[in-house]
Amino acid sequence: MELYSDFKIKEDISRLASIIGSEVKKPFNIMEICGGHTHSIMKYGLNTLLKDKINFLHGPGCPVCVMPLKRIDEAIEIADSPDVILAAYGDMMRVPGTDSSLIKERAKGKDVRMIYSPLDIIKIAEDKNNKGKKIVFFAIGFETTTPMTAALIEEVIARRINNVLFHVNHVLVPPPINAILDSGDNLIDGFICPGHVSVMTGSGIYEDIPLKYKKAAVIAGFEPYDILSGALLIVRQINEGRPAVEIAYKRAVKEGGNKKAQGLVDKYFTVREEFEWRGFGNIPKSGLKLRDEFKDFDAEYVFRDKLKELPGGKENAACKCGEILKGKCKPDDCPLFGKACNPENPIGACMVSFEGACAAYYKYRNF
Amino acid sequence: MNKKKYERIQLSHGGGGKETSELIGRIIFNGLYGQNGRSDDLYDLHKRRNNNNFTVNASGQKIKLLEDAAVLKSPQNIAFTTDSFTVSPVFFKGGDIGKLSVAGTVNDLSVMGAKPLFLSLGLIIEEGFASEDLRKIIESISEEADKTGVIVVTGDTKVVPAGKADGIFINTSGIGEILHDGLSVYNIAAGDIIIVSGNVGDHGAAVMSLREGIEMDVEIESDCASLWDMIETILKGGIGVSAIRDATRGGLAAVLNEWAMAAGVDIYVEEDKIPVNDSVRGFCELLGFEPYQLACEGRAVFAVKPEFAEKALNILKSHPLGKDAKIIGTVGGNNSFEAETRGAGQTVGGRNIKGTELKGKVVLKGIYGVNRLLDYPSGELLPRIC
Repeated sequence: MELYSDFKIKEDISRLASIIGSEVKKPFNIMEICGGHTHSIMKYGLNTLLKDKINFLHGPGCPVCVMPLKRIDEAIEIADSPDVILAAYGDMMRVPGTDSSLIKERAKGKDVRMIYSPLDIIKIAEDKNNKGKKIVFFAIGFETTTPMTAALIEEVIARRINNVLFHVNHVLVPPPINAILDSGDNLIDGFICPGHVSVMTGSGIYEDIPLKYKKAAVIAGFEPYDILSGALLIVRQINEGRPAVEIAYKRAVKEGGNKKAQGLVDKYFTVREEFEWRGFGNIPKSGLKLRDEFKDFDAEYVFRDKLKELPGGKENAACKCGEILKGKCKPDDCPLFGKACNPENPIGACMVSFEGACAAYYKYRNF
Repeated sequence: MNKKKYERIQLSHGGGGKETSELIGRIIFNGLYGQNGRSDDLYDLHKRRNNNNFTVNASGQKIKLLEDAAVLKSPQNIAFTTDSFTVSPVFFKGGDIGKLSVAGTVNDLSVMGAKPLFLSLGLIIEEGFASEDLRKIIESISEEADKTGVIVVTGDTKVVPAGKADGIFINTSGIGEILHDGLSVYNIAAGDIIIVSGNVGDHGAAVMSLREGIEMDVEIESDCASLWDMIETILKGGIGVSAIRDATRGGLAAVLNEWAMAAGVDIYVEEDKIPVNDSVRGFCELLGFEPYQLACEGRAVFAVKPEFAEKALNILKSHPLGKDAKIIGTVGGNNSFEAETRGAGQTVGGRNIKGTELKGKVVLKGIYGVNRLLDYPSGELLPRIC
């Protein structure tokens, strides 16, 4: 199996699209939760291909997009402390906080480093040039990336490194989905559930979707064939009136997920009472923090005096990201889209990350 | 020169005194002219300064080195260009900053139909830079210059304090003799065929894969190469060429967008025809980049008249640097896309594609029959996390 090309073959895609077309009675609203799916859908024009059959709604599954201004302001505040190296993933660098972004802070001379793997932090911490500095990792991501942060903590402790701190922004997929479904006024018929998250968690975390809310839920991979297969299973669940969690990504996802990763996450993290989501506000039990016994590694604890005085961030009132993330409108319904708000000068959450729905719409203008 | 003492470049190497001339003699002159017998061993510049030994033969002229300026007999029509080079890391698979600094300027001249003749070489070196690395860089400058027969006739070296530069910065300017005039982006017209000389994005992927924060072990080599020889075969082959450009920063996407905008045309490219190395494709999928927006350093894009397209392709394919050449698209008239398929004032993805805002578009025809715009890359390319 060629992992790159075999899931893109033109004939397979046309065949799947026409099967979906013939089985869809009226246009269905399907929300893909993950930003990776949104991106693939736009890149390959699957929304245009299935026009009038499936209306793709773009969910809250881009961890960069849902980070509230306040958390970015905190990272900037921490980076401003003496002898601090702030390390963050690449797509976090450009995200605007209230007045600045990490990339702008770097330009001002703050020591902000871009990393790709959390284990890069070890290298920075052990570099003798960084002796006496605190390395603060702006840890972000869903269930997919949390185990990597946990693995880093494990390594830091094993190596007795004492100058690495964590600003933990890890969030969970199910709570915002439940929040959307609880709001009642949604039109969603089914969900394409994230593939990579499910590799870690297994399929159990989506059970509320069919059981409590009677909606379809299919875990899918990220290639065009994966997404259309997922959409077809959703269409069939709806037609047959049997909502369930199904896996259309069996080459990667096991029902029970990755137990080792789950154990590692559980060892270091616990669920917060609530966490603020950009566009949603506070969602109960939706984010993670370090367990109390590891509070000496917790940047929120170590810098608590400095962070205490930070005001909450204020969003642009015209921005429709909140509505977009809940599936209530599309990026091009926003008055700022493509005008005041664009990838060079992002205003809303969904434009800042490459995976955000607005960024995907802007980049891949299909027609 | 005491080897141990000068393992690393020091500020005094840029001071204009004895150390400077030793650096120039030992590393730069030796690297550039020594090996090929163009000059004597320049071990002690000061002693030999007056005996007229510092000359190189270039394009039938004897040019004196070590004067304040190189005195050149210029051909009638010349092309003149300059480019500065900064790359991190300085050494990468398939090349280094030295090779890049020659190929880049050679290619800028070549795409204008000018045979590259003379180069200047300006070096800004950070204090502490390894002398051995500088020697390697100068060697690859010399090697790459030989491929086209271009000669470094003037230069300058400065050393800046540690922390004030990223290892080494190089500027090269180049003079070329116009052998084929009339190449211009403004010649591009509806009906022209777009050809690319090889896989796109190799250089960008090769360099980014080594960058701090990414560091992936991928089998991607930079495509860095001097293109004059390949371009000359096309120009000599009697091909009706409207314009040529080397795809550098911003990759294929930037070239096509600049052309579309400058010539006021829409350009249509078929996605499955654009040649991309599988490793580059995989690298891009993983990090969320688009291969068409990654830099190339040895690829030319041609706009040729339709009746010459096949012949041009065959000529390119028979050249080692163009063996993977492909016809990737065609040029349509200004706003031809809207005129054919949509009414005036229509928007695509919320942006007005009519009128000034998006005059001159690049349309990527996807494999599933859905079209999308291929935009300029914007901002710093930052990898995604998941």
